[in-house]
Amino acid sequence: MTLLFLYFSANAYGWKILSGTLSSSSVFGVMPLSDPFAVLQMIFAGAVLSFDVILGAMIIVFFYGVIGGRAFCSWVCPVNMVTDGANWLRRKLYMDQIEKKVWISRDIRYYMIVLALIVSSISGMAAFEIISPITILNRGVIFGFGAGAGLLIAIFLFDLFVLRNGWCGHICPLGGVHAMIGKYSLLRVKHNSENCTLCMKCKDICPERQVLNMIGKRSEVVSMAACTNCGRCVDVCDDDALGFHIRNYLNL
Amino acid sequence: MITKEKPLISERRKFFTNMAHNTGLGVMGGLLWAGFADKAKSSPLTLRPPGALDEEDFLRVCIKCGLCAEACVNRPSNINKETGKPRPSTLQMAKAKDEVTIGTPFFKPLDTPCYMCEDIPCTVVCPTGALDLASVTNLIGELDFKMMKMGIAVVEPNACIAFWGIQCDACYRACPLMNEAITLQYDRNERTGKHAFLKPVINMNVCTGCGLCEQACVTEKPAIFIRPREIALGKPGDHYVKGWDSKDQERVANQSGKDVTTKTERSEQGASDYLNEGVDFD
Repeated sequence: MTLLFLYFSANAYGWKILSGTLSSSSVFGVMPLSDPFAVLQMIFAGAVLSFDVILGAMIIVFFYGVIGGRAFCSWVCPVNMVTDGANWLRRKLYMDQIEKKVWISRDIRYYMIVLALIVSSISGMAAFEIISPITILNRGVIFGFGAGAGLLIAIFLFDLFVLRNGWCGHICPLGGVHAMIGKYSLLRVKHNSENCTLCMKCKDICPERQVLNMIGKRSEVVSMAACTNCGRCVDVCDDDALGFHIRNYLNL
Repeated sequence: MITKEKPLISERRKFFTNMAHNTGLGVMGGLLWAGFADKAKSSPLTLRPPGALDEEDFLRVCIKCGLCAEACVNRPSNINKETGKPRPSTLQMAKAKDEVTIGTPFFKPLDTPCYMCEDIPCTVVCPTGALDLASVTNLIGELDFKMMKMGIAVVEPNACIAFWGIQCDACYRACPLMNEAITLQYDRNERTGKHAFLKPVINMNVCTGCGLCEQACVTEKPAIFIRPREIALGKPGDHYVKGWDSKDQERVANQSGKDVTTKTERSEQGASDYLNEGVDFD
């Protein structure tokens, strides 16, 4: 939210703290940041890129790869607010108990990455960037909304009525990219099964349930790449069985 | 009771069917996606910010970050002196219904033309090189707004009232490169016998395509408008030479002409052979 406000104010008031959009931005007008997935697509599309964007992408990969994990999805991405809204309404309406279950593989996002890169090289432009709801919402906040807002409503409805965490947890290729980047990051949630009372509140709230497979069984860090480090499980846990933790590779 | 047994499917067949299923889905999605991308790319009438690469390359390299549009609206000169507030940005980031590839920067001269800032903030800030700084940098390494080539002004003589013989030089006066990019050509008006046409003529080497003329045009729908250069300009080819222009003469003088020999069936024979072919000389 803060980040989004900083982007917005960069355009509206000319602040230089954080300008641009999540595709590529500059911090204090000096440090470049760019979306590694967009840069990868552009390279596949045959673009010869300047050093700035590539450096920007490397900074992002380095930060999330070493520290943040998949935190982009839960802490930065604006679409997360839309899908969180859908999830909240879903819980209020008890949708999970009413609806017909639709099953889609959570691995679709990885196929989407491959597909995006192939289509990029065929069409000669970054393919996901022309349909990405993330950039549409991001630009919408900064420069004003257009007809692309319809796509965001569609995603909201999809997550609400078709599939729980449908977009962020199954389809979004950017989420897939960030999952791969952050697979070995240091900041992780750790479970302490001795304190666990098996209330399963954490699994109810988790947007990527499969990562909490050790709940009540083993005391270990949540090591699966799909975990977004959103920290909701830590928040809901009443028994102090979950907490953030710096992963120790030397002595697990 | 006869129970119909389900045919057993071997693991092997299951694997191949699954693979075919997934490949099929992937190809279907890919084709739809590529089709959409092709359609999204086709916006040939789009005017891009100064220094933009060719449309094809531009779409490849632009990361759609919006830094140029932000630099445009926040430039120090963009303050309305009466209200003290910033004016609308020239550069807009394309939305879904703009008929411009989504997320890319463009401008509509009729809404807000480009005021050609001397420091060209939009091009300077581009992180990817989609707006090429070199194309607006002159030989001594300074930014030169006169080198911008965003488009070119086109005069539509049927609607331009100056071509009717009515005196109007709105575009000529509005042009930031007055008397360079648009000149007035004085022609005798044969209809009255004593007046002159003051016809606006665009100099394609000078016009930057900023669009101030389009905005200034007095006709209901502008008779002068900006179009992308690759759309509006023709190309005569290098072998046409302006014999009256010493510079153009020089261009040819320095050219080393290549000897071109055309080989056809006929050229194999001597001229006297094929010219006399089929003629009975008695």
